[in-house]
Amino acid sequence: MTDFTDDMSEPLQGERQSMLRLVMRRIQSKWRQIVTVIPFFWLLVFFLAPFFIVAKISLAELAIASPPFTSLIEWTDSGIVTIRLVFDNFVYIWEDSLYFDTYVNSLKISVTSTFLCLVFGYPIAYAIVRSGPVAKPLLLFAIILPFWTSFLLRVYSWMGLLADQGTINNLLIALGIIDEPIRMLYTEFAVYIGIVYTYMPFMILPLYANMEKLDNSLNEAAADLGSKPTNTFFKITLPLTMPGIVAGSLLVFIPATGEYVIPDLLGGGNVQMIGRVLYNEFSRNSDWPVAAAVAIVLLFILVLPIMVFQHYQGKAAEEQ
Amino acid sequence: MYGKRSRFLTIMLTLGLAFFYIPMILLVIYSFNYSKLVPVWGGWSLRWYKELFQSAEVWSAVSLSLQIAVVNATFATALGTLAGLAMVRFGRFKGRTLFGGMLVAPLVMPEVITGLSLLVFFISLNQLIGWPAERGFATITIAHITFSMAYVAVTIQARLTGVGQTLEEAAADLGAKPFKVLTAITIPQLTPALISGWLLAFTLSLDDLVIASFVTGPGANTLPILIFSRIRLGLRPDINALATIMILVIAICVAIAAIIMFRQQRADLLDRQMAEREES
Repeated sequence: MTDFTDDMSEPLQGERQSMLRLVMRRIQSKWRQIVTVIPFFWLLVFFLAPFFIVAKISLAELAIASPPFTSLIEWTDSGIVTIRLVFDNFVYIWEDSLYFDTYVNSLKISVTSTFLCLVFGYPIAYAIVRSGPVAKPLLLFAIILPFWTSFLLRVYSWMGLLADQGTINNLLIALGIIDEPIRMLYTEFAVYIGIVYTYMPFMILPLYANMEKLDNSLNEAAADLGSKPTNTFFKITLPLTMPGIVAGSLLVFIPATGEYVIPDLLGGGNVQMIGRVLYNEFSRNSDWPVAAAVAIVLLFILVLPIMVFQHYQGKAAEEQ
Repeated sequence: MYGKRSRFLTIMLTLGLAFFYIPMILLVIYSFNYSKLVPVWGGWSLRWYKELFQSAEVWSAVSLSLQIAVVNATFATALGTLAGLAMVRFGRFKGRTLFGGMLVAPLVMPEVITGLSLLVFFISLNQLIGWPAERGFATITIAHITFSMAYVAVTIQARLTGVGQTLEEAAADLGAKPFKVLTAITIPQLTPALISGWLLAFTLSLDDLVIASFVTGPGANTLPILIFSRIRLGLRPDINALATIMILVIAICVAIAAIIMFRQQRADLLDRQMAEREES
């Protein structure tokens, strides 16, 4: 580094410099506020405020009006303000086994899919990390590319493969392995394929980022001391990649629980997931209060995983 | 971490790549199929491309989607960059935890929740101030900016922590005003992240079905909404053709972004090497 302090050796100039800095800091502090306030304000208005409105509607009653729900606050003629909170929607969701079963089924599907993504994604991420300097960026690119292509079309591509008259059935029949097409599209199996297929990059990328930072000398030391590869994996690699596993799993689990497109296109009417029920409740039945209550319960289920994810995301940002 | 790649890992990698790419390749191949039934081969043909280009419905959906995507990407990049700067450079400020939380939550929030909440928000807003009277371009764009800016902010944050603060500090020590530091140092340093952030926001917008379906109004069909309404009823060869075009466009965009980022990385590396040489 070149030394710039030479011309500041005189005390007068030093003082002027510090005054200048003070003024500069003032400007900087204002400028900082502006920079922070604009995106903050945007998120408060368009991200946070809408949730409160959903919460409000979930406590209202269905009404024949536009929009179709009652107001929580009413001004009576005598000037008295009455607030009516109706918990009926939540009671209804709790008592109706359709909703309860759908929540359980959504969680079952998202937990299983997350596990499948981890089981298949982990070795893929590990294989990329262990690739040579030329292959590595190309392989990463190959993993990221599907992530950039349309999610909807990736799901659609499996409709062609899994249909009764689809590629897989045609191939199996042509090979003489089966006589009758196997029903795959519009089953839970298809939903699993769809979720694993579309969410896999979200598992691989955080795992890769985590593994990339690992020090191979630990593995070598363990091997030198006579540890078998499996033992080394479970004692060293797996614990050290835990942050990647948690981040990747949450990136798959949270959005998959509320998934709408995949159960709709690949599950048809046969697989009930809460995202689909919510969408239908809203668009077809236009029962807004119940739809809002369904959303609030879903958010309640996911709030803890979301907070854990934020915690990890914040820690990852600080570590960089 | 380099090291030997065992046979098991190589097999898993190969299977993984096959799993990723075979469905897409088949999708592309069947777009050139003459037959109306997608999986039944009827010879090579450009029939469905022709049909696609003649459909006014498709063109208006493409146009609406592109307009939304461009406006969204531009605003989301601006807001996401400001948010990233605030999170990385400004240390602790009032409400930082809440701000950080709202910035990360859209990355994982199920789309049905975001879509539903924005729709009821727009409806309440309309009752309150009379805007938006009808939903479409404006409401979809606002919804897209809200979740895209979170992705841009992540990209910007990674780049800001990556380049460090030394150059900014040096410029400030040499008397550059904050705004000058921003325009002469920070923004040029951020350029690759700004480009990839913009492209990311652009594709996210082009890709979104669920949120757009909630906040759109009658008549305003984006491309995903149009595709979804068609494929809900089954396989459609014209959608295969559309998919092929979209895959091609995205692949070109991603390749350009990758080249820009690669060049920038190499330039950074060269700069660093030069600096090290000068020091010694």
